[in-house]
Amino acid sequence: MASAVSIRGLRKAFGPRSVLDGIDLEIAPGEFVALLGRSGCGKSTLLRILAGLDRQVDGTAEVPGTVSIAFQQPRLLPWRKVWRNIALGLNKPNGHAIALKALEEVRLADHADAWPLTLSGGEAQRVSLARALVREPDVLLLDEPFGALDALTRLAMHHLVEDLWARHRPAVLLVTHDVDEALLLADRILVLDEGRIVAAHHVDLPRPRRRASVVEQRTRVLADLGVDVETAA
Amino acid sequence: MLSLGRWRETTATDYLDVRRFFTIWASLTHVLRSPVIPVVALSLARKPALQLRWISPVALVLLWQLASSTGVLSPEKLASPLTVLESAGELIADGQLGEAFVVSLGRVFLGFVIGGTIGVALGLASGLSRWGETLLDPPVQMLRTLPHLGLIPLFILWFGIGEEPKLALVASGVAFPLYLNLHAGIRQTDPGLVEAARVLGYSRFERIVHVVLPSAVPQTLVGLRIALGTAWLSLIVGEQINADAGLGFLINNAREFLRTDVVVVGLVVYALLGLTTDALVRLLERKVLRWQAR
Ligand SMILES: Nc1ncnc2c1ncn2[C@@H]1O[C@H](COP(=O)(O)OP(=O)(O)OP(=O)(O)O)[C@@H](O)[C@H]1O
Ligand SMILES: [Mg+2]
Repeated sequence: MASAVSIRGLRKAFGPRSVLDGIDLEIAPGEFVALLGRSGCGKSTLLRILAGLDRQVDGTAEVPGTVSIAFQQPRLLPWRKVWRNIALGLNKPNGHAIALKALEEVRLADHADAWPLTLSGGEAQRVSLARALVREPDVLLLDEPFGALDALTRLAMHHLVEDLWARHRPAVLLVTHDVDEALLLADRILVLDEGRIVAAHHVDLPRPRRRASVVEQRTRVLADLGVDVETAA
Repeated sequence: MLSLGRWRETTATDYLDVRRFFTIWASLTHVLRSPVIPVVALSLARKPALQLRWISPVALVLLWQLASSTGVLSPEKLASPLTVLESAGELIADGQLGEAFVVSLGRVFLGFVIGGTIGVALGLASGLSRWGETLLDPPVQMLRTLPHLGLIPLFILWFGIGEEPKLALVASGVAFPLYLNLHAGIRQTDPGLVEAARVLGYSRFERIVHVVLPSAVPQTLVGLRIALGTAWLSLIVGEQINADAGLGFLINNAREFLRTDVVVVGLVVYALLGLTTDALVRLLERKVLRWQAR
């Protein structure tokens, strides 16, 4: 079966500064991959390239199927009501009904007719997430989609993403700074550093996962990120 | 030289008038020393209500009327509010004002349509295409530094003294602010939103229609308001050129017969027209920009 994402020798430089420095990565259809790495290490840059927004690169990055992306900022059109923002990329006649259902899933049904600028940061992020999910893409790119959420909503969104992923089985590339989140959701965890993928962990824990079951692997992933848990604790 | 002499003459006679004015003022203060004053002082301490904002304008008009009635203000300098009202009634009744109004409104409308079309067409061309910007923006930016009202001599040479120079003046007053603001509005579009639309599968044309143009709307409406303001100003100046109809003609004609009341009526109508169009744009803004949270 062909890969959902296929990256070979990918390099990207902004002027003299090299941000991605030889990335090789295959993501299988339906695979859930989490991408960790320090701020500024090139995670968003990689996602932009996969979304087809940046073609001035060396090497190849192939995404044969449909892609949707939830950006780090919500990027909603402020002059469209919330539900219309979700229906934007649908090209289906019953956009309203689908959008409402998606809003229910991100727990924002009562904001369907609100203007985006009246939403809180976390609400806007959930709308953006719903907009990406509703298209049922082959590849779903999520750039820190839970960043501005409180702990409770974050948990609910984890369940939502996992649930949608289980139902539609897109390949997912999730950028996050939260190791626990990566361990709870992903089949594979990648660590990006200095423009390269420096570590990869397969997470074989059975689903649904609980926090306790991930503790052991957590220590190893954190070690790859340069954090010594024993001394940090 | 001539006007300077006149000015001196005016101040000399006014000096006497001012003295007369102060005697009236003295008698007025008599009335003002009544028990009303403490009440007024008390309410001054609190934040004044919005409904009280009409007090000073009304007081000014009353003062104006007082000055006219007592002869401080001669009718050749400025007619009294009552006289102005009276002659407004007459001008409306005999149809003169209506006729002038229609002519002037027509000029602004036509000039606005011409200038608006040019401004919007150029703004779109230079906002949406790099080539358009490279070729169009430099000359437009140079031309806009010219004070457009200063172009009258050229317009008269080019278009004569009929309707055309008046329309050209209004059109040039409208085209520049619309161009500048539309262009700036388009350029201010958040590239992040355009990218988002791109990933959602929007074609270039759809991105322009659904993302770029809507995000240029607020700035363009600012341009529209400026353009309308300039349009009225241009009309007023333009109608000084040998007008044989319209509000400018009414005013100039009245000046020759020292009818300051008619002059004031004309000015008030200009002002009302300006206010009305401004209010219309505000209404449009409120309708179109509902999405801007406050
Ligand atoms: N258009 C650009 N021009 C120049 N430099 C850029 C541009 N976009 C990104 N960069 C640089 O590339 C580097 C990687 O940026 P990127 O946004 O991919 O980081 P990130 O890993 O997503 O960080 P964060 O976790 O903070 O979101 C940064 O140092 C950034 O300054
Ligand atoms: Mg980023």
